[in-house]
Amino acid sequence: MTLAKVLEADSAKLFAAVSGILAERGLVSPQEIVERMASTDRASPALGAAMVARAWTDPGYAARLLKDGTAAAEEAGIMMLGMPPLGVLENTPDTHNVVVCTLCSCYPRAVLGYPPFWFKSTAYRARTARDPRGVLADWGTTIPADVRIRVVDSTADYRWMVLPMRPAGTEGWSAERLAGIVRASDMIGVTVPPAQDASASPS
Amino acid sequence: MTLADGIPVRVKDEWPEAVGPVHCRTPHYIRGKHGMVVRHLGDFPDPGDIAFEREPVMRSLYHVAFPFRELWPEGSDDELVVEVYDHWLEPEHRA
Repeated sequence: MTLAKVLEADSAKLFAAVSGILAERGLVSPQEIVERMASTDRASPALGAAMVARAWTDPGYAARLLKDGTAAAEEAGIMMLGMPPLGVLENTPDTHNVVVCTLCSCYPRAVLGYPPFWFKSTAYRARTARDPRGVLADWGTTIPADVRIRVVDSTADYRWMVLPMRPAGTEGWSAERLAGIVRASDMIGVTVPPAQDASASPS
Repeated sequence: MTLADGIPVRVKDEWPEAVGPVHCRTPHYIRGKHGMVVRHLGDFPDPGDIAFEREPVMRSLYHVAFPFRELWPEGSDDELVVEVYDHWLEPEHRA
């Protein structure tokens, strides 16, 4: 079969053929494929948000998260087997991190789920590497001029997520409540978490 | 090659895609640019080898930081950090 025919083939038939060959050669069993598909579908920004909230309320976990994101994700019950290593970038009063993949759309799927459409867009990928403050302004995010922006271009083997700063006004909140204010865009770095519950109406 | 944290490096000004088919993870905008090693991220099989079904060479991967003013004419005090494999990096000796 030529490449063109493979590209035009019915995807369900192609999947059945490839998974059949993989099983026949003992490389990957149908059960393993089903498990991986379920694990991929389960992943959502809620996983990353729970890790962020735990880091905000447990300094020991925060230190482990920054040292080895993969191990910290596993500690939070997320299956990292076969996933690229996870790096975690800490926002501080001096530095604000923004993640982009200019070459394709590398994204920390294990902890954030499927990448949003805008993360994969050529506009986001091209502009973030050159004009991050302009991109952030489009999101309504203003980072003070004396805070350095660090754009992390995810070009190779790592996947990166941002550990945002805990917003003021959330003192005494439970980890569960804190997790509710952390969005995917906060963990990519185009926004910062609001100090208000998602259900609360904006004032 | 082992590059220590904080040492100045230059990304090679090479354009292998002009010669033939390649799978290259070094973005064009950092080629020939001067940066600084942030840290060694680990050793990984060369994606260029994997893409062409060659037995992969293990490459050291580094996080390298570039000031925006090194990359773009309009510049700024912000910085950009990229994962770069060691065979693309040359250590520099700056005064």
